Formats: sequence, C-alpha cells, structure tokens
Amino acid sequence: MAKLYSKNLSQKKMLPKKETILLILQYSSALSIVKIGNFNINLIAN
Amino acid sequence: MANSILSDAVLVNNYIAGDENSLAVLINRHQSRIYRHIYSKISDRDVSDDIFQETFFKVIQTIKSKKYYNEEGKFLSWVLRIASNLVIDKFRNDKKMPLKRDTEEYSVFSSIKDTSLDVESKLIKNQVDTDLKLLIEKLPAEQKEVVMLRFYSEMSFKEIADITGVSVNTTLGRMRYAMANMRKLIEKNKIYLPA
Repeated sequence: MAKLYSKNLSQKKMLPKKETILLILQYSSALSIVKIGNFNINLIAN
Repeated sequence: MANSILSDAVLVNNYIAGDENSLAVLINRHQSRIYRHIYSKISDRDVSDDIFQETFFKVIQTIKSKKYYNEEGKFLSWVLRIASNLVIDKFRNDKKMPLKRDTEEYSVFSSIKDTSLDVESKLIKNQVDTDLKLLIEKLPAEQKEVVMLRFYSEMSFKEIADITGVSVNTTLGRMRYAMANMRKLIEKNKIYLPA
C-alpha cells in the first residue's frame, strides 16, 4: 500500500525573492556616503 | 578563510573596509530568519519583500555612515529590530490610510468619520507618552530593553529571549521587575497616567 506523505509547511524555507537580494546588493555597490561637517550626503552612482 | 565561516562581526568589518561580498554572505546567512520574522507579522509575500529590502537599505546606510557599533553576536538582533520597526511603521501607515473598497453591501461612506483626537486629548496623550518614556529610561538596561522590545517593537517574549540571548523565564522576570519598578516610580513621583 502506498504511503501518504504530507508536506510539513512549517519547515518550508521562506526566502525573499532573488530580485530583492540583487537590488539590495546593487544598492550597496552604488551607495557611498560622504560626511561633510554634521551632514551625511548619500551618493548613488548610476 | 572562506567567508561562510567568518563571524558576523568580521564580515561587517570587511564590508566596512569595502568588501561588498561580505554583505552578500551576511544576507545569505540570515535571510531566512529575517524574512520569516517579517512574514510572521505581515503574511504577505510582496509586502514582506518590500520590508526586507527596506530593512537592508537601512542596514547599508547605517554601516556606511559608520554609525553601527560592531559587537560580536549583535548583528542579527540589530537587523531584526530594524525590521520590527519597519513593520510597525507599515501598520501605522495602513491604519492612517486603510484600503476600503465600495461594494453592493458596503459603502465606504458609511464608515468614514473623523476619529482623530481633539487638541486636549492630543496634549494628554503626548504628556503620557513623554512620562512613560522617562519612566522607561530610568529602568536598568536589561529591563528597559525588554519593555522597549515588547511594547514598542511588539515582539513576543520568545523573540525577545532569542534576541537578548536569555531564557524566556528570565525575559518574563525582567518584565515583571520592570513593571514593579515603574509602579514604584509612578507612586514616588505622583504621576497620573489616564487609561
């Protein structure tokens, strides 16, 4: 007789989309922060 | 040494030094835990992705502006705290602008009313918030941390225990002491806190 298996949903890995991770890494590479006096200026390279 | 066996603190230092790959390793290492933390409160994949992304944007900005205090074992709890705050902001914004659709049984105009507080209530609320914050500030650090995570970040005692690295019982104990201390401070300073 065939065994019945059920998926254990709680163990299913929940991960963000690959595009989300890619966007974060691209943002990180593009961002540089310059401190001038008391101000931090965010520069994002295209 | 392979990046995958380096500690979080070392990876953060490498990232500060310009190694972008260290960030990828940190994300890869903690993405599941952080994403589940967000999803457990939001229950929407797309919104969870947005908050996950926003969380790491803040992480990157803070680290790159050299405001991050790099202590061993603190990276994940710090990121989880940022994520929790963003989740709270999301709920607050949704509460301010709830999305309601007009249907045959329900008219959006039937529920629209001005629920904002009047000036007096606002003043009282602001005063109560300020008093409460002052009271919390006077608590010992570990009690203050539990109160902040419980009431301001809306975390469960289990999550607080995980983040602070103590047992759930210790967390509950700290909360109990915090409440007792706050009660004493309220009585001592004769503070009136309306419900």
